[in-house]
Amino acid sequence: MTQKQSLEVRFVADEDVLDHIVEKQQDVKADHGGVQTLVTLKTPQKSKTSAEEDDEEQDEDVLNEQTYVEVLGTDTQDESESGALAGGSSVFTFQTIKRAKKMSRIASEWARTPGKSVTFCSSDTNEDSASPTRATKKSVNQNKTPQKGKKVQFISTTPHRLRKRMSAPALRSESESDFSPSNSEEDEAEELESKQDVQPKTPSKTTASALYKTPSKKNKKLPESDLVDEYFEAHSSSKVLTSDRTLQKLQTPQLDRETLLSLLAEKPQCYAEEIKQLNEKHEKNFNKWMLQLHMGFNILIFGLGSKKLLLEKFRRSMLSDFDHLVVNGFFPSMTLKLILNSITGDILEHDGTFRNPSDQIDFIVNTLKEDPDNHIFLIINNIDGAMLRGDRNQQALGQLASIPNMHLVASIDHINAPLIWDQAKMSLFNWLWYETTTYMPYTEETSYENSLLVQQTGALALSSLTHVLRSLTPNARGIFRLLAEFQLENKDNPAYTGLSFQDFYQRCRESFLVNSDITLRTQLTEFRDHKLIRTKKGADGVEYLLIPQEKNRLQLPRENAA
Amino acid sequence: MNETSSVSKGCFVFKSASRKRKRQGVDGYMGDGSDDNGKDRFRICQDLRETVQQHTEVLQDQLNKKVLDDLVQFIKKHELCNSSDVRRQGAREIPTAALMLGVNVPDHTMTFRSLCNLLQESVTPFVVSLHAKGCATVKFLIQRVLEQLMGRGMALDEEQDDETALHLNTQCSIGDLCQWYNSVKIRPHRILERSIKPEVKNNGLYWSLPIVVIFKDFEAFNLQALQDFILICSQYTQELPLIFIFGIATSPITIQHRLPHSVSSLLCIEVFHSLSCTQHLACVFDKLILTSKFPFKLSSRVIQVLIGIFLYHDFSVQSFVKGLQLSMLEHFNSQPLSVLCCKKQEALLRAKTLSQKNVERIRHLPSFMRYVETQEPQDQVLLLTSDEHVKEVCQKLLKNLHKYHKNYYPILQCLYSLTSLLPKCPMGKHIRELHVTCNEKNVWEMEEYHSAMQLLRILAKDELVAALRECAGILKSANTKKMQNVLKQVDEFVVRLEELDNLHTEDLPGDDVACSRKDIQRRTDLHYLQKSLLEKESRKTRKMSSFEILRNEVLQYIDELVREYLTPAELQPLSEVCYYSSSGVLRQRLNAAPRTSIQAALSHPFHYLQNEALKTNDGTVSSNAPDLCIIYKLHLECGRLINLYDWLEAFVTVSSATEDKEADSEEYNKPKNLKNACFIQAVSEMEFLGFVKSTKQKTDHVARLTWGGC
Repeated sequence: MTQKQSLEVRFVADEDVLDHIVEKQQDVKADHGGVQTLVTLKTPQKSKTSAEEDDEEQDEDVLNEQTYVEVLGTDTQDESESGALAGGSSVFTFQTIKRAKKMSRIASEWARTPGKSVTFCSSDTNEDSASPTRATKKSVNQNKTPQKGKKVQFISTTPHRLRKRMSAPALRSESESDFSPSNSEEDEAEELESKQDVQPKTPSKTTASALYKTPSKKNKKLPESDLVDEYFEAHSSSKVLTSDRTLQKLQTPQLDRETLLSLLAEKPQCYAEEIKQLNEKHEKNFNKWMLQLHMGFNILIFGLGSKKLLLEKFRRSMLSDFDHLVVNGFFPSMTLKLILNSITGDILEHDGTFRNPSDQIDFIVNTLKEDPDNHIFLIINNIDGAMLRGDRNQQALGQLASIPNMHLVASIDHINAPLIWDQAKMSLFNWLWYETTTYMPYTEETSYENSLLVQQTGALALSSLTHVLRSLTPNARGIFRLLAEFQLENKDNPAYTGLSFQDFYQRCRESFLVNSDITLRTQLTEFRDHKLIRTKKGADGVEYLLIPQEKNRLQLPRENAA
Repeated sequence: MNETSSVSKGCFVFKSASRKRKRQGVDGYMGDGSDDNGKDRFRICQDLRETVQQHTEVLQDQLNKKVLDDLVQFIKKHELCNSSDVRRQGAREIPTAALMLGVNVPDHTMTFRSLCNLLQESVTPFVVSLHAKGCATVKFLIQRVLEQLMGRGMALDEEQDDETALHLNTQCSIGDLCQWYNSVKIRPHRILERSIKPEVKNNGLYWSLPIVVIFKDFEAFNLQALQDFILICSQYTQELPLIFIFGIATSPITIQHRLPHSVSSLLCIEVFHSLSCTQHLACVFDKLILTSKFPFKLSSRVIQVLIGIFLYHDFSVQSFVKGLQLSMLEHFNSQPLSVLCCKKQEALLRAKTLSQKNVERIRHLPSFMRYVETQEPQDQVLLLTSDEHVKEVCQKLLKNLHKYHKNYYPILQCLYSLTSLLPKCPMGKHIRELHVTCNEKNVWEMEEYHSAMQLLRILAKDELVAALRECAGILKSANTKKMQNVLKQVDEFVVRLEELDNLHTEDLPGDDVACSRKDIQRRTDLHYLQKSLLEKESRKTRKMSSFEILRNEVLQYIDELVREYLTPAELQPLSEVCYYSSSGVLRQRLNAAPRTSIQAALSHPFHYLQNEALKTNDGTVSSNAPDLCIIYKLHLECGRLINLYDWLEAFVTVSSATEDKEADSEEYNKPKNLKNACFIQAVSEMEFLGFVKSTKQKTDHVARLTWGGC
């Protein structure tokens, strides 16, 4: 009877199969495993996203990203202030390939249609193909605010010939070869361009579909590989194609600060009326700010344009009854110590000194705790200023801000400013963010010497140089002149490191300027103190002297010195 | 030049003109000054704010209780070990508790504060809590420990004042700590007697009181300092009963990662888990937001924004509460009718004394207008003309609103308890999700609801009974008449379901066996199979068992309840009084995007400056735009480096195009200079904003720093 134990193979009729299935279906009440096949479960995720995502285990508590984006996107409806703001995907993108001369071409094109708009060849394909999933998310927004949705592809419509012709009027000297890399490379660049010209054809289709449909797997592949290619193309060569022209070619005199300001003052401010309206809108919030400040929040304002005037108005209209402190964070020699000393010394009227900033902060915290009715307002223009950016300074400011009766109103301007705060500092500051786009010029903020403007004109350095030179004895002037001349002689030598002290001494003796090296050294010390020269130790241990000025600017003082 | 501009000063102090002058009260800032009840609203807002603060703190304490108790047990255990022989035998390991707190570092402060208090109350007065900030080197670390321990003794024990102060200023070492500890041991201080509970004292065990060192943010500590400190301490285990507590934000593995084996082997680590922040948040929702006691309500969109910030940005319950407080402030500030958003009695009283302005405001509420439309014509006229009548109706409506909430939450919880046991949770895993859906639209029209109901319809009996019992428990706490009726009904269902047990044996399915293998010899044919399957299915209106009938009845009842009580709040008249709904404002305040705003201002100036000259078709810049916008747009067309000369040329080309074409030859130089100046100014502004920076790579070039927006 071994057959009983062995497996039995049997023919099963349809009916049996049928019964079997039906029975299973009836039994489901006890068995949850079967339920899922029977009832169509529609989780919110499933209904909205494409099928690929379903097999992924969704994290327990994470809301569906799509709904999140939806929520964030739609609230622009009930808030007129923030209409067509660009989404993150258009702000944070990779480097794209840029062609030489493109700027001038665009400019001329732009100029030929005055008062009208020019469509920029903004990011052919890249933006939308950046990540296909993102594109779909964006489509949610784009249905409401079609901002960059349809781009007229400028490149693809401009043939090669036209482009050449167009570049002619804008460039003064087309014949001069003014591109630093060799011609062959330029050809390469042309090739690249033509490649780009072709590209928009295919991806534009995918973008169009990506805008309205969820991406199918097929077009998900395509832009991705494009993206990779483009990324590496953009990063492949370290050479940048830019022209070699310098500002010297301009026959205009260098501007110093005063002329610049007076020139700008002459210029009528455009859209003054609109800007005024905009600012008045911000001023309406002052009452609310005061309320929120008193309730333990701190105000942070951001947006394009100088906000100093706005804060000044706030200060004048609301704070006359309170002790307050205005800090210019953009001030180049601002330190934390200055701020703390102003608080302890001038506001709290404490005479003692402190061992370190943390002691000082503790003192402030304790003093204010004892006197809860004494409200102090702290206004910081540019809390992201170069000198306040440091972690330690922000930590200290955060500690001040978290005191219940210390109220902070601050502004930021740098695009990456929020990076200076981590989670812990954010909770110390307890910010409320206000967008206050003012379009006011950053005149004061950019007026200090560390800005590009002054480096460029060199006016400040130059004027200080001439001032010092004027007060020198004729001999000392001669010494400086010797050095300057030597440096000018060597201006074409890229390996020039400076004049060695011995050489210099020799030359000075020969011109009867000094009689001992002690006198020369004293003189050099004076130069160094005024930052006229720099000394460097060479590889052989010899001291080299150098004037830290650009060569073309050396010409001028030399004439004065003579 | 105004008072706060200077080239030599950066700080400007302004003292208030007269200190004694009567300042405007904070409540004066409420509203826009046009209405009279700003003060009332401010007071209500303050009250609510404080309730929220207290409630959350109490909640957190409750939630942390378990883990804190565990910690205390742990320390007590080791305290005993210390006093026993184990210590004398030279066990080198330092007992260490690794406390997992989650990544929301700012929230830890509260936990540590209550831990410190608890330890000092019940275990030992010697508790040191260290912050990574002040402990950059091992010297500072030890100094901090000594300061906190001896400073404590110092403050309480005046005699030693000078001596210890001297110590602290000079070198300090763990050796000093040993001496001090021994001195305390030998000469039990009166402070100790004061601060220690009698039962500890009775044991006569002062000398074995452990020293607890808490490292609040373990990950942030300087590695070398920490390692050295542990090594030094391990040398003193004989003399000092040290116990460490590490506050860890990430995972227990960090200890292994950050400490080499030679150091971590000196520690005897035990891991404690605190409650996760999501559970904490769920608790806040349960106890605070989804109750009828709390008059202020959030609309579903606001909840979504707040939860979005929580889940996507910080995991911090503290900042969630901050968002809640902010929305409260905004609501009371912007909605004058929020005077009515308070406890029922008070609200009714206020409704009686509404000012004329506010009555007018009520008439303009969308929900009230909807209500008016449903009334009889003569009633409508009355509502639109008589202020007194509006006030009366308003009281009635307020009562209804309160009633609605009282019924809404219990039913919501019931529905949640029913649906949360279903597989895959079709209605969401948290009650807040269910609440959001109910609040947004009619929940019974949603597909998710239907599938949930379908699943409920096949629930087994014991599950159903358990769920109904749970519902009954929830309903017991609700004390409106309607809910009591519902409770009665539910109880009845439970009883009936249980009675089924006694008589269920009778209905055994007998007929299924009947259709047996009669066509066994038939060959399988797919087409036939399908056909007969369908046939069978249609024939299958088999008689339902009594349980199934009852189950359907129960579900029918639940469905009715849902349709009656879980209506969206928006439809309730006067819901605007309690519900804060501008999620956009909230998001702008808490979760702003400064860079996006700057870039939008640069590339779409029309959005901010409504001038026709700036208007363009598809979001591009007109050449009339401010200089900075033109400069920005031009720089987008450049590569990594930008030639200033080319940039200037392009800028001049664009900006001069807008002016008259006939350039006056005699004043040719001047506009050129002006252009030059504008250019310089705009480029420095670009640098100030962080788009470009000067570079030495090539003369007269700047480097481009961003790649977005193009």
